[in-house]
Amino acid sequence: MDEPSQGRVPAASVIGRRLPSVIWLVPALAAAVGLWLVVHAWLQQGTEIKIRFTSAGGVEAGKTKIRYKEVDIGMVQAIAISDDRKGVLISAQLSKQASDLLEADSKFFIVRPRIAGGTVSGLSTLFSGPYIAIEPGAAHEMSESFVGLETPPVVTNDVPGHEFVLHGEDKGSLDFGSPIYYRRVEVGHVTRLALEPNGQGVEVGIFVNAPYDRFVTANSRFWHASGVDLSLDANGLNVSTQSLVSIVEGGIAFQDLSDVSPALNPAPAGSSFTLYSSRAQALQPPDSHRERYVMYFPESLRGLQIGAPVDFRGIVIGEVKSLGVEYEQGGSLLRFPVAIDVYPDRLRSHSANARFPEVSEAQSRSILSQLIVHGLRGQLRSGNLLTGQLYIAMDFFPDAPKASVDWAKAPPVVPTRPSGLTEIHDALGRIARKIDRLPLEQLSAQLSEALASLDQTLKETRKLVNHVDADVAPQATRTLTAAEHTLKAAESVLAEDAPLQQDLQRALRAAAESARSLATLADYLERHPESLIRGKAEDPR
Amino acid sequence: MPSTPKSPTLIVGRCVGLTVCRDCRTVCELGDGTAVRCSHCGVLTHPRIPRSLEKASAYLAAAAILYVPANVLPVMHTRSLLSDQDDTILSGVVYLARSGSWPLAALVFVASILVPLLKILAIGLLIWMSARASSRHRLARARLYRLVDFIGRWSLLDIYAVMMLVALVQMGSVATVQPGSGALAFGTVVVLTLLAAESFDPRLIWDGVDNAHG
Repeated sequence: MDEPSQGRVPAASVIGRRLPSVIWLVPALAAAVGLWLVVHAWLQQGTEIKIRFTSAGGVEAGKTKIRYKEVDIGMVQAIAISDDRKGVLISAQLSKQASDLLEADSKFFIVRPRIAGGTVSGLSTLFSGPYIAIEPGAAHEMSESFVGLETPPVVTNDVPGHEFVLHGEDKGSLDFGSPIYYRRVEVGHVTRLALEPNGQGVEVGIFVNAPYDRFVTANSRFWHASGVDLSLDANGLNVSTQSLVSIVEGGIAFQDLSDVSPALNPAPAGSSFTLYSSRAQALQPPDSHRERYVMYFPESLRGLQIGAPVDFRGIVIGEVKSLGVEYEQGGSLLRFPVAIDVYPDRLRSHSANARFPEVSEAQSRSILSQLIVHGLRGQLRSGNLLTGQLYIAMDFFPDAPKASVDWAKAPPVVPTRPSGLTEIHDALGRIARKIDRLPLEQLSAQLSEALASLDQTLKETRKLVNHVDADVAPQATRTLTAAEHTLKAAESVLAEDAPLQQDLQRALRAAAESARSLATLADYLERHPESLIRGKAEDPR
Repeated sequence: MPSTPKSPTLIVGRCVGLTVCRDCRTVCELGDGTAVRCSHCGVLTHPRIPRSLEKASAYLAAAAILYVPANVLPVMHTRSLLSDQDDTILSGVVYLARSGSWPLAALVFVASILVPLLKILAIGLLIWMSARASSRHRLARARLYRLVDFIGRWSLLDIYAVMMLVALVQMGSVATVQPGSGALAFGTVVVLTLLAAESFDPRLIWDGVDNAHG
């Protein structure tokens, strides 16, 4: 630096190479900071994963986040259409801390605003756009490619509880997330809805939250608790619902079959149950044993539906299973068999002492034969006058014609009896037939004869009357006039001022005086009986 | 100075044992030392900034290193109801360009990306040529230095804009802007280039003219 100039020899000499200036610490520091940033970024760099969805719906590269429990753990880097063009592949960069969430069975789903019946979720995504949520699985293997769920799982893995499977006739109004009620307390959700593999019914996956899952026992019955259950019975109008939510979006309720029975152990997770369509159906006692019979009714089956009850003096002991048509004698006769299922256990469960004896098949047959001998018959009766619904009543008709059961037939045929209405109908028919049989023409001829003779009689009567009028009446008038004269004469004799009357009065008065004189005499004689002899004594006065 | 290139001889103070005080511009006798105290105001005065090239190149190296994170890391973190995003300088330029503000995008691109880069290159060129004691394009180099020095004072405009946003846009959950680590790096780059330009003694450009001449 200090170069020699003007020929002068520099006095100073170079002592040695000095250390680099302190100023070099600045770039060293900058380099250190830069390096640290690089290392930091590299350390933060997590794994890159690929998720397959059927559609990207609102997901944007470089904008959509991957979130776990509402914490950002990654970002969508790229969206590509899958090779088979049936879906999209979303590549996402996850942060380091999220890499242990990537179990092979972790679930990814796109969170969008969802309004389902009782719940509104993902509302914040209305503004921020959807995000991809992760629900970590439980597997030990890690994975970097996943298949995303199309619908978000209702229940996440970290919620304690148990999953159960219900098998029902149909889905009803159930939806994902529909509530599960136990004594009207919401205890879980529907998590899965699928058709059975054979298409015969639906399979409903439900999740019951932790404190309540122990109430699900092998004895539990599940039923659709959707909508409003209106029933009109002898007790009046009965409205039964679970909650407003379940009216709108459906729900499932469950209860143990019998509250009095001791609590059973909780059912293991994944247990299967039957989903009944109504509470009444669900809580029916179990029909373990059933017997099939056939009945032939001599009348129209209109109004008799499959499922109509078979009633034994008020107790429902079975139901109608099928209605059919049968040819007999080469098609010349049509019969309409009604197949019924009878559950003898129901009679047993209604028996008061609950000691209805358990019987063998042979015994039950003999009992039934006996009952039929005593007049047990099936009869169609109207259950509802408005709708004309029919049910089958089993009742005793001691005056019924003799019948018996042919046990050789399968199913055995139970004798029937026309219904009350049919009987009235028949009786009216009989009366009409009798009226029809009357000899009305003959009767009317006789009647006209009788009328002619009556006419004759009347004519003769009139002649007689005319005769009486002409001959008898003048004489009678005269007689009456004479009688009147007589009566007048009698009256003049009997009148008050008649001379006879006055003479009579005078005579009577004299007689009275005579009687008085006699009484005085008698009185005197009583006091002075001696006067009869001595004569009347002089008055002392 | 306009006539200097044409002048056959350039008399530099140092050659005749004189220097100018840094503060009061008094001409001082240099003697044979490398530093003198100004006879007038007493400040320590060097004929050239000591170890100018070394300092300048150190600052420049630091600036060049930090230029990378300044452009890669997010400068600004914008959180609003609708979005939550990090912006680097380049993504801001891209956003402006996409939204149709071409002039603004060009301005930001030039001011925030191109200018620091060119500044680093220019100072590097000046240092390199001065270290080689090159005599070529002295006038052009001097003009380049003046340009770099002039531009330097405007370089913190980006940082200023970001800081204004950070200070003003604080609306709770509705919208907030926070500086990213890129802003720090960018600010450091600007400061380091300023320091590098400051450390570089432009007189070094002209050193050796007399040597070359005589």
